[in-house]
Amino acid sequence: MIEIKDLHKSYKMGKNSLHVLKGINFNVEEGELVAIMGSSGSGKSTLLNILGMLDEADQGSYTLDGVPIKNLNEKLAAQYRNKFLGFIFQSFNLINYKSAIDNVALPLFYQGMKRAERMDRSMAYLEKVGLADWATHKPNELSGGQKQRVAIARALASNPKVLLADELTGALDSKTSYEIMDLIQKINDEGRTVLIVTHEKDIAQMTKRIVNLKDGVIIDDKKITQVRAMQNV
Amino acid sequence: MFSLERWQEVFETISKNKLRTFLTGVSVASGIFILVVLLGVSEGFQNGVEKQFQNDAENIITISTGSTSIAYKGFNKDRRIQFTNGDYALVNRETDQEIEFASSLYQIFAGLVSYENESGSYRVEGILPDYQFLERADIIEGRFINITDVKTKEKYAVIGNRAKKDLFKDKSPIGEYIDVAGLNFKVIGVFTDPGGDREETRVYIPISTAQIVFGAGTDIRSMGFTLPKEENYDLALKQSNAFAAQIERMLKSKLQIDPKDESALFISNNIENTKEIYLLINAMKIFFWGVGIATLLAGIIGVSNIMLIIVKERTKEIGIRKALGAEPLSIVGMILHESIFVTSVSGLFGLIFGLALLEIVGPYIELDFIRNPSVNFSIAVSTLVLLIAAGAIAGFFPAWRGARIKPIDALRDE
Repeated sequence: MIEIKDLHKSYKMGKNSLHVLKGINFNVEEGELVAIMGSSGSGKSTLLNILGMLDEADQGSYTLDGVPIKNLNEKLAAQYRNKFLGFIFQSFNLINYKSAIDNVALPLFYQGMKRAERMDRSMAYLEKVGLADWATHKPNELSGGQKQRVAIARALASNPKVLLADELTGALDSKTSYEIMDLIQKINDEGRTVLIVTHEKDIAQMTKRIVNLKDGVIIDDKKITQVRAMQNV
Repeated sequence: MFSLERWQEVFETISKNKLRTFLTGVSVASGIFILVVLLGVSEGFQNGVEKQFQNDAENIITISTGSTSIAYKGFNKDRRIQFTNGDYALVNRETDQEIEFASSLYQIFAGLVSYENESGSYRVEGILPDYQFLERADIIEGRFINITDVKTKEKYAVIGNRAKKDLFKDKSPIGEYIDVAGLNFKVIGVFTDPGGDREETRVYIPISTAQIVFGAGTDIRSMGFTLPKEENYDLALKQSNAFAAQIERMLKSKLQIDPKDESALFISNNIENTKEIYLLINAMKIFFWGVGIATLLAGIIGVSNIMLIIVKERTKEIGIRKALGAEPLSIVGMILHESIFVTSVSGLFGLIFGLALLEIVGPYIELDFIRNPSVNFSIAVSTLVLLIAAGAIAGFFPAWRGARIKPIDALRDE
């Protein structure tokens, strides 16, 4: 599903150049649930941003579902993001003035789907995350866990190949975190590929594979026995 | 670009950001409102000044007679020249110029006028109906002399407000009879004149009646004309001078006066005295246009500023939308669509309020220097269109910049 070869990325900070990713080689198969771990500054967020086409690599190749991701213009990047990827952020990034269902429907709006169909699809995904009764509520009327569930429903709405989650439990207490992880595990069980960036060991243990990043290189990449989140709730 | 889906999205955004929409709307509406009122006041100011500075029609040309100073065609010099009805008719018939108002005049400078026990010495003038406009006399009671009065040689009089106060005090003079040169005249109207008391001591009677009463036959003392108003002073002066020269030639030839004789006819061309008024009005026009354009500019800058703030405020939203698959053009389209819609609707409101204010309050304003403020509708509409277009152009750049922001930077924006 994801193939990455010799990926380099550096940032210019005034006169100095900060080499963040120093040759990453990394493959993800369809249906995997992968945690990317590392301390802050290890380059894990940069890697996720490149995977999410929110940022571009300086060097190396990136293939997503057989499509080379290279020299994309903004328009094409937007189309690929919509088609291939679902994002889940630490700070949820819901649009404040839109209701839960309208937030979920937004990726479908950009696919050009008609309103009635959009609403049906969105409602189905809200049901899936257990928030059908909250469809007309605005984000500020929802708890942190509920907001993240709306964000997950939104990420799923466009039926993407890969879910990319950046510290998705970072703003939640541990009980809520485990509930969210349970949802992620169920989504993965249905066969969807999920990548999670986290620095929390217990969250990482709930995936199927942990990739450890340090100073811009992968120091460790191993499959683990998954801990089911429901056992901890 | 103008799909139903886009409209739904725009309406949703507008209706869910009421404060932002309201503030944008208010600033655009007030800008247009101020501009419309300002243009209206400018117009009113112009009307007021014109009124203040003009006792008589500003372009009146009067011709009166003197005595010849050069012997000509067998006539001695020092011959007294006398106009008759025929001379007045000749000018009206033969001139190339279009005449706006015209009147002949036969006056007695110190006519004894009395009513009951009150009496005074007033200037009694035999005139034609157009004389009202040559003198800019305003009727405050009754009516002015009309053409039927002249034809039937009625013994009717229209008296100045000063004369009315002297003779009638607080009583209404309409229908009363005054004694002029031993004959009874029925008062049919009272006038005011911007020339003040001096011109309000006059008593106007039909010229045909005056010629009989004062035993003048067909003699007239002078005649006055105005030409239609011109765009600018230079053109008005040119037309006026051409007309004066033509009638001078015409009358000198008919009355057998040497063309070089300068004391036989006196032509007074009032337009030469009105150059200052034309200049003042021009200066005022330039001033108000300057102020108007400055206001418009301030409005445009205000709209641009609001657009910039809106884009800044929506940076994160733009980032989210882009992460979810919004193309840059759709972001620009969304912001512009929304802003043009809001500016158009609120601009229209400002325009309507401004026009309504001028329509409703305008006629009640009777200050010395402001009269009947009003505004040219097409100017108001074109300023609105200009403001919307400028707002769209000014909004395009922040929108474009907003669309160029990398989603990763936009999402980091808190």
